[in-house]
Amino acid sequence: MTVLVLVETETEAEGAAVAEVSRETLTLARALGDVHALVVGEAPPAVVEQLASYGVQRVLVAGGEAYSSYAAAAWATAVVAAVRGGDQVTAVAAAGTPRGNEVLAHVACRLGVAMAANVVSVEGDAPMTVSRQVLGGSALEVMPLADSVAVLSVAGHACDPRPAESASSPEVEALQVEVPEADLRARVVRTEPGEPDESGSLKSARVVVGAGRGAGSADGFKDLVELTELLDNAALGVSRVVTSLGWRPHHEQVGQTGSRVTPDLYLACGISGAIQHWAGMSSSKTILAINTDPDAPMVTKAHYAVIGDLHEIVPAINEELRRRRAG
Amino acid sequence: MANPSTGSGRRVLVCIKRVPDLGGEISLTADGMSVDDSNLGHTVSPHEEAAVELAIQTAKDTGGEATVLTLGSSDAVEQLRNALALGCTGAVLVEADASAYGPADVAAAIADVVREHERAGTTYDLVLLGNDASDTGDFQVGIRLSYLLDRPVVAGVSTLGVSGDRVTARGQSPDGGTEIYEVPLPAVLTVMEGGVEPRYPSIPGRMKAKKIKIEEIAPSGEPAGSGRVRLTLPPAQPSQVTVLGEGPEAAGAVVDLLEKLGVTR
Ligand SMILES: Cc1cc2nc3c(=O)[nH]c(=O)nc-3n(C[C@H](O)[C@H](O)[C@H](O)COP(=O)(O)OP(=O)(O)OC[C@H]3O[C@@H](n4cnc5c(N)ncnc54)[C@H](O)[C@@H]3O)c2cc1C
Ligand SMILES: Nc1ncnc2c1ncn2[C@@H]1O[C@H](COP(=O)(O)O)[C@@H](O)[C@H]1O
Repeated sequence: MTVLVLVETETEAEGAAVAEVSRETLTLARALGDVHALVVGEAPPAVVEQLASYGVQRVLVAGGEAYSSYAAAAWATAVVAAVRGGDQVTAVAAAGTPRGNEVLAHVACRLGVAMAANVVSVEGDAPMTVSRQVLGGSALEVMPLADSVAVLSVAGHACDPRPAESASSPEVEALQVEVPEADLRARVVRTEPGEPDESGSLKSARVVVGAGRGAGSADGFKDLVELTELLDNAALGVSRVVTSLGWRPHHEQVGQTGSRVTPDLYLACGISGAIQHWAGMSSSKTILAINTDPDAPMVTKAHYAVIGDLHEIVPAINEELRRRRAG
Repeated sequence: MANPSTGSGRRVLVCIKRVPDLGGEISLTADGMSVDDSNLGHTVSPHEEAAVELAIQTAKDTGGEATVLTLGSSDAVEQLRNALALGCTGAVLVEADASAYGPADVAAAIADVVREHERAGTTYDLVLLGNDASDTGDFQVGIRLSYLLDRPVVAGVSTLGVSGDRVTARGQSPDGGTEIYEVPLPAVLTVMEGGVEPRYPSIPGRMKAKKIKIEEIAPSGEPAGSGRVRLTLPPAQPSQVTVLGEGPEAAGAVVDLLEKLGVTR
């Protein structure tokens, strides 16, 4: 069978690249069959090369004015065109990002088929059965995808991105898409930049000081930031609650819809340890949790824990670090 | 009267779902098909709380009305009353077993109500939903609804403003910035938490809510279902944690560990 993967790209310091979550999706898709990739906008050589290293056999690029700013419906039109134009595309996948889930919901609706969001594993093919995260990640739901085209998004960081054993040499084709006016009724008309993205230093940090709702407010991060300054190559990472509430910028988010970090030490302060957060930091070598709740999953899954209020404990740690440094 | 061309009196429909309020440990029912919620409280997702807030703000700002809808059992009246206490002025219960409904079924049932109300003279300028429900997390009811109603849809909206015959919606872009959409009314928007702070109910609000009659509707068609075969819980893992202490007195032990790991400066 052939799986069409809607690929998201990012512009990183080193140039354009396939997003890590899309590489994870390509890895999962490769286990199912032949993989075709759809890139919206442009596919620079570095992206095509990366897709080849993941064994992609065909790269379709949907470009043109309709794709100069984001419109989910127009993206869906490209996906449907690629499904209809490809021989025997029997599954469409994308990473379980806001864009991925949104576009696939349009696609499933247009094809008149079911969609499974946040899939972590796939079994069988006719019909395909998937396990996917539900209940905020506390449980998995097993469901079949028995329609002519299976539509699924892949939960971020549910598997490791692995290049293929041998790279492919895919053809790159411009996909011809007729985008109807109605697709552009809901389209991004303007963007405003966020805070400068410093997730690079988060991803390469030796120590990540993680902070969650327990920080209490936007003003609750002073001691935590000071702790990062007292440690060697340390950065602040936060839970989604923290970014959703606007306490800290999105690029600091760790987890399924944020960065994946693998530091020597993850110091989780006031974070409950929901599966979507865990997905972004479970490979940390040592995990130390500070939490008022001794039964929080982050505490029971950590190597070390301190029970209590982070607003008392973190300043005491900072104090002790300063004392020993001076002494 | 709601009328997209006059720029006043917006009518907003907001869709919420009663879900169990999960604490730490959860258990499944004997058939493995759902969470055993017999000892749990119930709530709606944070995205839907934000959607209710946006619905009420939009109604207040334009001198319009916000109506809340749910498809669920008669117990879901609790969630409807909460939304009424906050400032919604109408409520609809599509009485059905929500677990027998897949996302396409829910979208169809909501579309039926929208069309029914339209026939009775009430056009909704905006339909607001959560971006994803906190139990099934399907990420699709709002988008499916937009196709059934042939209205534009924006997903992941955190704030909105209506002016004239358009709504300006803002949401987070993948790079952490903000994306702005301008969409003609009527439209469907799915909401993500974070853009607005949901209000608390007032005592007079609660009193008023008690008196509002909830419109009860039987769903028209049979649902196709979600296809769920079963739920599984991740295996419980024995905890290996070493507790270094409690409270600030543990600071010494923490710093000993930090030094052992060689991560201090
Ligand atoms: C599709 C999807 C994707 C998601 N992606 C992500 C993601 O990428 N990253 C992410 O983090 N989440 C993500 N989430 C959200 C995730 O499910 C959780 O809601 C979130 O991680 C919880 O954040 P938290 O631990 O900060 O807050 P809570 O769950 O509210 O936990 C707060 C913790 O702090 C403790 N605490 C409170 N006060 C104090 C104090 N004074 N001192 C010490 N401890 C204290 C509490 O005991 C509790 O354990 C996602 C969810 C979904 C559905
Ligand atoms: N049973 C229901 N009744 C009313 N609204 C619902 C129901 N199920 C889902 N929704 C709405 O659709 C949104 C997205 O749900 P889902 O696509 O299932 O993740 C939810 O946040 C609700 O706003």
